[in-house]
Amino acid sequence: MTTVINVPPSLDDVTFEQVLDQLAPLPADEKILVDARHARWASPFGLTALLTLAQTRAERPAFAPPEAEETVSYWNRTGFFRYAAELFDIVGSSPRQKPAGESDVLLEITPIAKSDDVHEVVGRIQQKAQHILTRELNLDAKATMGFAMTLSEACQNIVEHAGRGGWVAVQTYKWTKRLGRRVVVIAVCDAGVGFRQSLESAPGRTRSDRWDDAMALEEAVVRGVSRFRDPGRGQGLAGVRRYVGRWDGKLSVRSGNARIAIVPSWDDDVALREGLAPFAGAQMQITIPERTAGR
Amino acid sequence: MINHIDLSTVLRRTVCDLYSNLVTRPTGAAVRTAIETQLAELGGRTVTVIDFSNVGLLDYSCADEVVAKLLLPYCDDCPPRDAYFLFRGMSETHLDALEHVLERHRLALVLQQEDGAPTIIGAVSEAERRAWEATLGIGGGSVGEIGGAAGLATEETEMVLEGLARRRLMMRIEDQWVAVGSPS
Repeated sequence: MTTVINVPPSLDDVTFEQVLDQLAPLPADEKILVDARHARWASPFGLTALLTLAQTRAERPAFAPPEAEETVSYWNRTGFFRYAAELFDIVGSSPRQKPAGESDVLLEITPIAKSDDVHEVVGRIQQKAQHILTRELNLDAKATMGFAMTLSEACQNIVEHAGRGGWVAVQTYKWTKRLGRRVVVIAVCDAGVGFRQSLESAPGRTRSDRWDDAMALEEAVVRGVSRFRDPGRGQGLAGVRRYVGRWDGKLSVRSGNARIAIVPSWDDDVALREGLAPFAGAQMQITIPERTAGR
Repeated sequence: MINHIDLSTVLRRTVCDLYSNLVTRPTGAAVRTAIETQLAELGGRTVTVIDFSNVGLLDYSCADEVVAKLLLPYCDDCPPRDAYFLFRGMSETHLDALEHVLERHRLALVLQQEDGAPTIIGAVSEAERRAWEATLGIGGGSVGEIGGAAGLATEETEMVLEGLARRRLMMRIEDQWVAVGSPS
């Protein structure tokens, strides 16, 4: 039997929870069909999270692509179908894949598994980011290098902690509903061990009475705790937090059944959500908004 | 002896000849190992100029691996050799990553600025900064001379200078003290 998992028309970090809610009661070896026929739009988080979802399944899932041509065209430009074809059985005709490097997307979906992959994405983003961040988002030229640094540290979380490969994507778009301004969004998703298990592997760690995904996220994201004893560790996420704070951005990290967020004044998200549907690994989103006069 | 290390050359030689960014811990560890190997071949007292001029991006992880982990053993009671370091060619974004790393480890270093003037960055107390700048300003001197220039009591000056020397920011040559980065 195949269970159909419906993808909402607009897929982002918030609506992806609807996908996970449908997935939660199913065993990992149950055959699923991820039905994206009615999807019209997806954020970088939504697309990388769909690939991550496929990695968590013991039984290769099926995938029904969006029906809307322009949606397929955009998802294709992000590189989604190149990797989806490796992870899903595509239902119907698989969209013609665009060769890598021909896209208007800021950073196409890129697999991250090793240090060299981080060099690669940092090199690619530097070429494209300066123009977009300064001209389209009115950010200071200084923001460009910090942006690449933030991307580097976010990707390194996969290399250093996940225990398996993940995905990164970067895109700019106008966030009409919540902000009415353009944003640049970095999404980094993996289906690895997640923050709680990573911190549990720290040598000599003693568990406290309250120990769960939410607390692991608080320790890592807010207090800069790492599984390594080395006092130099934990600076990457702290640096990401500082960059996000400096440019009035938002950072959210989901792991296990919890999600933590550094929430700017323009957003009404809550800082910590617990009791979400469980999901393997860690999923991070960094959102930097366009700078407007007076901000 | 003055030894010059161009980090972008080390990066290309040891990691990949296409890279110009110092990012990721494995990259930082490889570059630091190459620097340590070069230092091990030198004898006696050395000042090593570490040049960031042709480095694109420096992230926190790499700054920790290349700079903090390079300096930490030299600030120990038994440093591996009598080596001092002068950093140059750092951009504002390099410094952004580096300053947090130095603070985290309570380290400091001497940076040669664009105009050639040296300065100290990182975790330094007010007394340390005054003593170091006074030493640089008078071109080196005795404890009494430096204390006078810095406005510090002799006992305090002596203690501060010893601390700066232990942190490889100051050199002691017999009864004279010289700030790292002073024109020789």
